[in-house]
Amino acid sequence: MDRRSFLLGASAALTLPAFGAHAQAAQITGAGATFPNPIYQKWAEAARGATGIQVNYQSVGSGAGINQIRNRTVDFGATDAPLNAEQLATGNLLQFPTVMGSLVAIVNIPGIAEDQLKLTGPLLADIYLGKITRWNDPQIVALNPGLTLPSLAIAPAYRADGSGTTFVWVSYLSAVSPEFKEKVGVGTSVRFPAGTGARGNEGVAGTVRNVRGAIGYVENAYAITNKLVTTQIRNKAGNFVKPEHKSFMAAASAADWSVPGFAANVIDQAGADSWPIVAPTFILLPTNPTDAARSANVRRFFDWCFTNGSKLAEELEYIPLPESVHNAVRGAWRQSFGA
Amino acid sequence: MVNATASAHSAPKSARRPSSNLGDRIFALLCQTAGVFVLILLGALIIELFIAGLPAFRAFGVAFVTSTDWDPVREAFGAGVSIYGTIVTAVLAILLAVPLAFGVAFFLTELAPPWARRPLGTAIELLAAVPSIIYGMWGFFVIAPAFAQNIQPWIIENIGELPLIGFLFQGAPFGTGLFTAAFILAIMILPFIAATMRDVFEQVPPVFKESAYGLGATKWEVMKGVVLPYTRISVVGGIMLGLGRALGETMAVTFVIGNANRISTSLFGPGNTIASLVALEFGESEIGSLKLASLLALGFILFLLSFVVLATSRYLLRSRLKV
Repeated sequence: MDRRSFLLGASAALTLPAFGAHAQAAQITGAGATFPNPIYQKWAEAARGATGIQVNYQSVGSGAGINQIRNRTVDFGATDAPLNAEQLATGNLLQFPTVMGSLVAIVNIPGIAEDQLKLTGPLLADIYLGKITRWNDPQIVALNPGLTLPSLAIAPAYRADGSGTTFVWVSYLSAVSPEFKEKVGVGTSVRFPAGTGARGNEGVAGTVRNVRGAIGYVENAYAITNKLVTTQIRNKAGNFVKPEHKSFMAAASAADWSVPGFAANVIDQAGADSWPIVAPTFILLPTNPTDAARSANVRRFFDWCFTNGSKLAEELEYIPLPESVHNAVRGAWRQSFGA
Repeated sequence: MVNATASAHSAPKSARRPSSNLGDRIFALLCQTAGVFVLILLGALIIELFIAGLPAFRAFGVAFVTSTDWDPVREAFGAGVSIYGTIVTAVLAILLAVPLAFGVAFFLTELAPPWARRPLGTAIELLAAVPSIIYGMWGFFVIAPAFAQNIQPWIIENIGELPLIGFLFQGAPFGTGLFTAAFILAIMILPFIAATMRDVFEQVPPVFKESAYGLGATKWEVMKGVVLPYTRISVVGGIMLGLGRALGETMAVTFVIGNANRISTSLFGPGNTIASLVALEFGESEIGSLKLASLLALGFILFLLSFVVLATSRYLLRSRLKV
């Protein structure tokens, strides 16, 4: 009797505080792209103190994120692959960008250091088509006269799950290689003719780190935090650019944001210093929310991120949107929700 | 004595109400309901999978089962690659696990000192208690790098060049792939097969073994000539059980199989099993899409495969258990 009442009292004491704590913070849930996951988590942490909103973001991949927001199982969806105007209309969704990120190619070749290897878009397309299979292929050697490339098999790594990162990567490869566009095409989940798949940006980074001769594509933030070896890529102007802040900003400043759904195409921009693979990432918000308070909280959270989050984004090597775009997004919110 | 107790119990009962077995009847009814519920659930699952997968069968016909296409952009799907991967990894896992399990069972029943048998047996069974996602993570973070850096390069360079079997071991040393998945699966199904073998080995009547020893047979001859023939059916049943487990294993395989939607002739190449393909692509398939129907049709095919394997194993084990 004594022990039983003690146990009852202890379990009550342990569970009751949980009820109290939940009542305080306003909660919003989101799911989608792994591309912006690092910055969303940072923003969520920083915004919690300032706005009192608790954000629960799950990086399950753009495809799953689009699915979930269509089914309204989360408050907002996140995707790197923008939806077109027709899809937004049928899904009753508002789409707006939050930040831009850049995609880099990472390699694991013994003896090659950071930003040493020079590659071009068509070469990358051929690697992922399985046409170039060894690192000392004449085409790669011709671009890199100063480097000794070993006779190592190329092991391409790609995203196995439905991913906006894949969408951006194949968009770039399709833009520079008609054969790639015909054989593989563009989508969040495509059929790669060569290589092995891994889950998430983390999986691709892990695979490249473990396999000698591997090449993969990840968001720049992952390459930096995991200290992976990146490469130079030749841009549209014909210059080999390194994946650094200067080249990202050069590409971002050339984008045209007046397209429907803010789906600006920043791939393979002209400009002497532009990095060829930069892409914005988007949020999908229902225009007919069932819970107006939660929808308002989502907008408050991202409004805070636009105003105060740019420095955090730059620290993580993302590219903040220009202020004009922030204001355009705020205007779109006012138009759809009146607030 | 018993009758007196029974009449002492029944007397107060009959004094209260006429029907005394209402509690029994309710309990029996609940048990019957539970049994019927399980059957209905199984049937509903099969029917639901089949109906949901019907659009895929209608769109691609019987060729769905053999087609090696899996192209989400062109909306062309086929089960060939995943069925190939499922069967290859499962068969390879059995080939790796059965000799090992046999060795374990042999050691536990014949060679181990009596004080070691219980703890070793428990240790083997604890392997079965490890969650499968832990196996997957261990495979991805420990085994795959070890294979990629040490084992696979050596095999690819040396055995990959041999004439007849070389094609099985070619390609880039990814570390992940069909072979790694089969290796992890072998470790996962080892405890099931070893436990079954050990149990049936112990059931062999000692008099058979002792008469063989009396005739001068060695331990191996006793095992080969007496124990294995006696337990053959149950051993095969245990292997089928392990095979059934290997066919459906999801998380451990998804991490290490390399997730490629094409058939690879090399064992080191990446591939897909039905379970891993469904796990990866289910979340992003929209409701009503052809991709979702294809995934559910794949689930139906896997269900058929597992059902056949498990039914065979139950049939083989039942004839032994009844004796």
